[in-house]
Amino acid sequence: MRSWDPRIEEMPVPELKEMQYRLLKTLVYRLYSFSPFYHDRMVANKVHPDDIRELSDVKKLPFMFKKDLRDNYPDKFFTAPREELVRYHVSSGTTGKPTVVGYTENDLNLWTNSLARALTSCGLGRGDTIQVSYGYGLFTGGLGLHYGAERIGAIVLPTSVGNTERQIELMQDLGSTAIACTPSYLLHMGEVAEKMGVSIAKDTQLKTAILGAEPWTEKMRERMEEWLGIKAYDIYGTSELSGPMFTECTEQKGFHIWSDIALTEVIDPASGEPVAPGERGELTVTILQKEALPMIRYRIGDITTMDEEPCPCGRTHPRVHRIQGRVDDMLIIRGINVFPSQVEHALMGIPEVGQHFQIVVDRKGALDDMMVRVELAPGSFSDKITDIMHIKSKVEHKLLNFLNVKANVELVEPGSLPRFEGKSKKVVDKRSL
Amino acid sequence: MDTKKYVIKQISVFSENRPGRLAAIAHALGEENVNILAFSIAEADGFGVVRALVDHPEKAKKKLVALGFNVAFTDVIAVRMKDKPGGLYEIAKLLGDANINIEYSYAYSGKEGAVLILRVDQVDDAIKKISAFGVQLIESSVFH
Repeated sequence: MRSWDPRIEEMPVPELKEMQYRLLKTLVYRLYSFSPFYHDRMVANKVHPDDIRELSDVKKLPFMFKKDLRDNYPDKFFTAPREELVRYHVSSGTTGKPTVVGYTENDLNLWTNSLARALTSCGLGRGDTIQVSYGYGLFTGGLGLHYGAERIGAIVLPTSVGNTERQIELMQDLGSTAIACTPSYLLHMGEVAEKMGVSIAKDTQLKTAILGAEPWTEKMRERMEEWLGIKAYDIYGTSELSGPMFTECTEQKGFHIWSDIALTEVIDPASGEPVAPGERGELTVTILQKEALPMIRYRIGDITTMDEEPCPCGRTHPRVHRIQGRVDDMLIIRGINVFPSQVEHALMGIPEVGQHFQIVVDRKGALDDMMVRVELAPGSFSDKITDIMHIKSKVEHKLLNFLNVKANVELVEPGSLPRFEGKSKKVVDKRSL
Repeated sequence: MDTKKYVIKQISVFSENRPGRLAAIAHALGEENVNILAFSIAEADGFGVVRALVDHPEKAKKKLVALGFNVAFTDVIAVRMKDKPGGLYEIAKLLGDANINIEYSYAYSGKEGAVLILRVDQVDDAIKKISAFGVQLIESSVFH
């Protein structure tokens, strides 16, 4: 299969690693010199750019978390001057405070190139019509795929999300050969098409789907490929890294992570140490060339495995497999999915309690019992029991609204809950003990 | 009448309902050489409120806040009761008839008789009614 940039994509592994090392070294020197945040964090971790003497020295560098971005909202993290910025994207913030990502012209170019390689690896190119049914706007999906598709010389049909019947008409009339959207939207489209009397498999020229931005399974892939007569490729990225960046190639054996763009590690989320090759762990990414919002050892929170063997397609870059879960693993309480981040989000708007919390899950008889422990904020104590009970029921009510499952609230003294960096430690699940 | 001198500053501390919390509070006050003259614990769902009359409320609050406790001051009054059957009834009826609500109360029996600590919704009115009835209120200066 042809590559968009064969020199890079098929570069022998030792040369790739050498290139990564040079890029890493440059990045670390640049950030140490120009980013107060990185400078302070490196000093706090007693690491100096001179300590980076080979690629594996990356593990000497401190991690970055989503929290760091939130704490520096909206743009305190940016390392490019304002004059250099050409775009913002803002994450949806459904699981917390939104994060703002800034881009320089070079950043957009890097992102677009990453997708140009990716789309080419899915067999797309000149002559293809790519219907971009990701949302256009603050979300990175629409504009990201749009630019990537244009770069490879495909025709872009920028339909964005919604107006599904019209999308299906256009797909037929303009002969879309590929679509980029969420897996659930493609399923919806297939159903709407059938109601219109249109078979996507027989009545359209659609052959390829680039699906992502939400979790999906191999089972869904099989079903969609057979039902819609397409090849479905998984796409990966997060707004913090620019947006969707990496896809599977036609081998469908994991996302190719372009080594000149990203240095990936898979680590044990508890110890921070690398896992053995092929083992499951938390994906950690260093974006080697970003200007506006650089990321060193950014812990995305996705659980996956990595394969460094060259791919049968001829590309030498490592592959990351389908995301298997989140570090802040969701809890299932009486059949309802609960994310600790939802609890965090619910508590944010209640000044009477602190931001720290602990979730304790137990089983009472046959039923799951969820308790959220929160700290009564200094200053919101008034001596009256009824006032405290009111705060308690206010928190319980808000949690029920956010989680759709009842949680008992226990108010505790300020400062009494453990402080952890990782969200996972905020959950005590006694059901598994 | 000057009701102010009868208004006593009570210290209230939010506490988790688990072993050792009262000890932590009492230890902190002891360290500061603060004497506890009267106290009570109210417990609710998973937490409690420790209320106390102490000889140095500001010092007590400063210390407890420094240790991370949630602390509040509340105005209460102290009434010297007849230490005999019917003593409590007299005061409760007096306030009830005046439509003054007792939010909570606790008592101790000291050297000079029984003392009732009252948290009421209308402090000034309560002081006036009780004085007019001829019952002795204890001045705050006796405590601190």
